[in-house]
Amino acid sequence: MSNTSATSPPVSTTPARSRRSIFFATLAIIIFLVPLIPGIPVYWITLLDNIGLAALVAIGLILLTGVGGMTSFGQATFCGFAAYTTAVLCAYHGMSPWLSLFIAVAITMLAAVVLGIITVPLSGHFLPLGTLAWGIAIFYLFGKLDFLGRNDGITPVPPLSIGGFQFFDSRSIFYVIWVFVIIAVFMTCNLLDSRTGRAIRALRGASSAAESFGVDTTRTKLIVFVYAALLAAISGWLYAHMQRAVNPTPFGVGASIEYLFMAVAGGAGHPAAAIFGAAFVTLLKEILTRLLPFLFGGQAHYEEVVFGIVLVLILQKSRMGLWPLVERLLPQPADPVIDRHVPALSQRPRPEAGRKILDLQMVRKQFQGLVAVNDVSFSIKAGEIAGLIGPNGAGKSTTFNLVTGTLPLTSGEIRYLDERIDGLSPRQIAARGIGRTFQHVKVLADMSVLDNVALGAHLRGSAGVVSASLRLDRKEEAQLFAEAARQIERVGLGEHMHKQAGSLALGQLRILEIARALCLDPALLLLDEPAAGLRHFEKQQLSTLLRQLRSEGMTVLLVEHDMGFVMNLTDHIVVLDFGTRIAEGTPAEVSKHPAVIQAYLGADA
Amino acid sequence: MDSTILLFLLQDGITNGALYGLLGIVTVLVFAVTRIIFVPQGEFVTYGALTLALLDTGRVPGTIWLLIGFGVVAFAVELWMSRHDLNARKIVREALIKIILPCLIALAVIWLAPMKLPPWANLLITLAIITPMGPYLYTIAFRPVAEASVLTLFIVAIGVHLSMQGLGLVLFGAEGLRGTPLSTLSLPVGPLVATGQTLSIYVLTLVTMAALTYFFNKPLFGKALRATAINRLGARLVGIRTSLSGAIAFVLAAIIGALTGALSAPMTTIYYDTGFLIGLKGFIAAIIGSLASYPLTVIAALAVGIAEALASFYASQFKEVIVFTLIIPVLIWLSLSSHHVEEEEE
Repeated sequence: MSNTSATSPPVSTTPARSRRSIFFATLAIIIFLVPLIPGIPVYWITLLDNIGLAALVAIGLILLTGVGGMTSFGQATFCGFAAYTTAVLCAYHGMSPWLSLFIAVAITMLAAVVLGIITVPLSGHFLPLGTLAWGIAIFYLFGKLDFLGRNDGITPVPPLSIGGFQFFDSRSIFYVIWVFVIIAVFMTCNLLDSRTGRAIRALRGASSAAESFGVDTTRTKLIVFVYAALLAAISGWLYAHMQRAVNPTPFGVGASIEYLFMAVAGGAGHPAAAIFGAAFVTLLKEILTRLLPFLFGGQAHYEEVVFGIVLVLILQKSRMGLWPLVERLLPQPADPVIDRHVPALSQRPRPEAGRKILDLQMVRKQFQGLVAVNDVSFSIKAGEIAGLIGPNGAGKSTTFNLVTGTLPLTSGEIRYLDERIDGLSPRQIAARGIGRTFQHVKVLADMSVLDNVALGAHLRGSAGVVSASLRLDRKEEAQLFAEAARQIERVGLGEHMHKQAGSLALGQLRILEIARALCLDPALLLLDEPAAGLRHFEKQQLSTLLRQLRSEGMTVLLVEHDMGFVMNLTDHIVVLDFGTRIAEGTPAEVSKHPAVIQAYLGADA
Repeated sequence: MDSTILLFLLQDGITNGALYGLLGIVTVLVFAVTRIIFVPQGEFVTYGALTLALLDTGRVPGTIWLLIGFGVVAFAVELWMSRHDLNARKIVREALIKIILPCLIALAVIWLAPMKLPPWANLLITLAIITPMGPYLYTIAFRPVAEASVLTLFIVAIGVHLSMQGLGLVLFGAEGLRGTPLSTLSLPVGPLVATGQTLSIYVLTLVTMAALTYFFNKPLFGKALRATAINRLGARLVGIRTSLSGAIAFVLAAIIGALTGALSAPMTTIYYDTGFLIGLKGFIAAIIGSLASYPLTVIAALAVGIAEALASFYASQFKEVIVFTLIIPVLIWLSLSSHHVEEEEE
């Protein structure tokens, strides 16, 4: 429809982007200069070492908890896995620490995969509970096994070394630790700003929508969990070679809780928030352990009391943690640049007009005693706009959910282009070319309109975690964004492209959902009340858009209550009442049908 | 090994299992009403056990100061949260419940404790001290975030656990304490001896399980509590006082936690952090019961207790490892038997 904004030349947005990069680069350089300050006590360097080690773990937890909406009480255990692995390999078998890094990380990730496969498919609270119990079990195991030195642990573990140089003191290992931290922040930022990153961000609040666009949410959760374990493993490996000893104490549940505290204190906004969270908690602990016994006397762990209170207060008062305070000081992130010259994504062939594209035979859905859809049969031909109408509670949205695999059928058959699709998952059905919108809008309010719509193109890309974190996915990303931008402009939301989706009106969100569905490159588009909340002029625009789609070979099935809208637009209407099909035909036929009149107006009409 | 040892182990396992069952029941109860995974349950166990043990020796337990502290903070939070519709009546009522009541309890304890009352009287005093802490705690920590996600509530619960365990260390010190048994009754049953202590544990567990199962399925009030958990807004619209539901759940949690502690105090030495481990075993039982079924939770708790008893005999080194690893096969089974993709709330 409109094609106004976002065609501005890419150059104009570059300065803001580089300003933010300059800020982070400066921060990194400052960090690296700290040990060179003349006369800085070793004590401070050691504290910074510990902050870096903790930040590595906390970055993973921010991704897991803040972004993915899961949590784990097993992060310290993952550190311990890697620390013990490298200690055994290097101290007993004389392996090079650099080689053992790979083995330690691989073993830890394997443990995370096994644990994740078990717990991730379960509802949210089983992951923390599972990791909690598992963490306690492994903690006790560390202290009981002879070959791990029982409670005494393993000592001495050789230090890291390059050539003849050994990283013995806290000043030299400082650089190793912080190089890892900066790489981790950088790669995590890259990961979040990618195809997989959009899927991860959709886990929290829109997972069923994500499934309808081909995102395997269970697998995505597993990816995040294993990624977090990977970062914990690197931290554990560094710890073993920094301390040159391992014992069970730092790998207990208490430590895991502390890491979670850091992630919460840092906030969900940005991976770099982990550094602030780690610094906050480490320094707070340092101050409390020195100050409180001095104030109150005794040997009691007052810092635990204060920690708990601070954690509760943060969650009560500022669920975003410290990051918003930091972000206020940063330059605004630039809007992503859309390159219009990338080759367009390939499109699936449209079925020839007139062919039966969707066929429902005796479809039935029962919720215990309630029959929501009662042996309904109808079919739709390719290239038509079909309407599914009926009074509230007639079973229209349930029928949609049956077709898209969101709900399982009680009995009956659904065919899409002669292939049975009942029993398939929403992902598999999406992959066949059925796009949909939702009656209750499912968009991610804190993500931009562009990102929300790009999620719809998930199946048209293939880049995974590795290529995303290494920025090897840019060509594909440019294509996905170009497609998303094209669909956003097509539906008329061009001027809102870079706004947060949460700032749009409900009617606009419904249109956003249409753009997202179009990004899937569907042959069949299912729209659930697309015109609800639209003004008259916007409804006319929507009609024009749908007619245009039809002329391009798209088939549309829509549920709608606005009779004027449906009657003017559709070629074919199916009427449901109390889950039963009561009429079918052209708009003119249906509007004269006595059963329809009775259903809408009552018996005497 | 002979059957006598096995019987002893079984009896030991069932006794501990019954205690875990009680805590598992509370976990299910609190989760069902408030969606909180109530990690600090273990601290009520510790507080209950150590308060009783101190009363047994005629000392004044430090928990009374904690009770007053909780009450005062809860009073302040309550007034702050309802600052827009305050009136004198409300302030007086809240002051009565949250300041006067704990002060009266504390005074009574200071007066009664040195008298070295019989065990059952000390048990009642212990319950009087610990029980009000439950609803106070709910007001302080959880009511301000009652609408948050399960995940947020869980992390808040972890924070509360940290603080309460730390306070336990401050109040009771690092030394463990042991209580005196409630009754000296002992009945020989074959080669075994059933003591009044173990019998009261069994009875308490069964009664609690039956009462809660009935309560949540039958009376309107139980249904109201469940409705609160499923949809707070909806429950409020049909006239259920949702914050009251939470407070009631926490009263029950505190009572049952303190009772569990009081009953286990004579059987084992309790340290400031013992409750957390006992509570976690209750958690395992609750998870096996899918955080939903009381009878299943109790059965699972008995299995945990028996497994622990057997493990402590055959592989005492690895007792905790075995008990906490038990959860893994259960989670595998749960994940294989559930096929729903659920929409997480946010």
